[in-house]
Amino acid sequence: MSRASSRSVALAVAWRAIHNFLTNPAFLVPSIVFPLFFFTAFAGGLSTIGNVPNFDFRSGYTAFQFVFVLLQSAAFGGVFTGFAVAADFEGGVARRIMLAAPRRGGIVVGYALAALTRALITWALLTIVALIAGMRIDGDGVDLFGLYGLALIVNVAATLWATGVAMRIRSIQGGPLMQIPVFLILFLAPVYVPLKLLTGWIHAVASVNPATALIQAARGFISGSPAHVALAFAVAVGLVALFALWARGGLRRAEASS
Amino acid sequence: MSPRRRLLGTQVRTLARRSVVRTLRQPAQLVPAFIFPLFLLAVNTGGLQRATRIPGFPTHSYLTFALAIPFMQGALFSVMNAGTDLARDIESGFLNRLALTPLRGPALLAGLLAGAIVTALAQATTYILVGLVAGASFAAGAAGVAVIFALAILITLGFGAIGLFAALRTGSGEAVQGLFPVLFVTLFLSSMSLPRNLIHTVWFREVATYNPVSYLIEAIRSLLITGWNAQALELGFGLAAAIALAAMVAASVALRNRLERT
Repeated sequence: MSRASSRSVALAVAWRAIHNFLTNPAFLVPSIVFPLFFFTAFAGGLSTIGNVPNFDFRSGYTAFQFVFVLLQSAAFGGVFTGFAVAADFEGGVARRIMLAAPRRGGIVVGYALAALTRALITWALLTIVALIAGMRIDGDGVDLFGLYGLALIVNVAATLWATGVAMRIRSIQGGPLMQIPVFLILFLAPVYVPLKLLTGWIHAVASVNPATALIQAARGFISGSPAHVALAFAVAVGLVALFALWARGGLRRAEASS
Repeated sequence: MSPRRRLLGTQVRTLARRSVVRTLRQPAQLVPAFIFPLFLLAVNTGGLQRATRIPGFPTHSYLTFALAIPFMQGALFSVMNAGTDLARDIESGFLNRLALTPLRGPALLAGLLAGAIVTALAQATTYILVGLVAGASFAAGAAGVAVIFALAILITLGFGAIGLFAALRTGSGEAVQGLFPVLFVTLFLSSMSLPRNLIHTVWFREVATYNPVSYLIEAIRSLLITGWNAQALELGFGLAAAIALAAMVAASVALRNRLERT
């Protein structure tokens, strides 16, 4: 009974969020266009970086940047869902959902399902564009499963993070707080060149940045030379566990305020 | 001085003061305009320093190469700030009240752009100081820095006027905010990260060649890397002036239409 009610709450919340996303161009267009734009700008405009001495990523610069943009879109798909949660609180919809839901944990699960659906649509388009642009994939089916699986876990972690913030602040004004930490962590990783080619302070920061393990493992998958896999999945699952607690705390705060 | 001109001067001063004070009182608008360009400068400099080893790269310091970019990013924020402020005036009915006074259109536009220009001067000073402290080179010397300031003001004038035009046409702050991604794309599809002759992807190089933002960046960059490059400066100042003129004319027409409507 309780499991069934949790599922029905999750599915109802997910359906509403997905419907809003797919029918409102203001939500749909940026989440699809921005990753494609970043991919174009990085893979197209910076392709010469692949000729830098000691840049030895065998699948080429397009694949190198595809992986970063894939993980970036995974993370920002979660953040954009946090915006939707905040907007639902501002508009009063979230309060009505909380009153109607017998098991409120299903609300967070519903938003996470919506974020995942958004991410899958974006990834499908991004992958098609990358293949048209001539991206080389040297990994096999298992490697690609690992690549997209890792992106999926990153998406869940980012959704839980942003949902936790949104449920605490309950206003779209919390938007910068949701996206700036994600932006910082992603761009303080090896974005343009492998870690070993970074110099100075950014090398020191990237070496201890958890996002580096995720990006390196994902690049290993696409090039068919998996590396740091256990570390990357441990980091990703650890982030999910941590942000699940964070989101649960946010839900408790939202319940207390309603 | 004729009474008419004196009146115009008073109107510009009053609105300029309001615009500057309003800008300074909104740290939420100001802080990103300073922090984001510097953060991206730091990240790009660290991440792309190796690009200077590509044969034909014009300098050994990616910091010097990239220092031109914050000026353009700062100008993009001026679109948002000037446009959003005016849109708020329209939404709140302030512009309608101004329309009942003897205020002249040019005074309104000039006054509104004053806040953006003050911000641009503060930004340019910050970027130059950060560049100096971080070890960037200034090939054209102190005079070159003065020219960078002049170009930064001209670019801000043009982009700020684009923001005013958008606000006057739409009357909506949200619509002005929607311009940001479009302008952001023009920045990324330019010679921002690599010199055009080193961009190997043909279509990207073509787009960057037709993108005026490339020439604005290259004019500032020439003063930092090569010294006095007449062609780069002519193109940079010429395009910045053309953008400013076109945007001001468009904003004036839009203002006239909006005041007629109200």
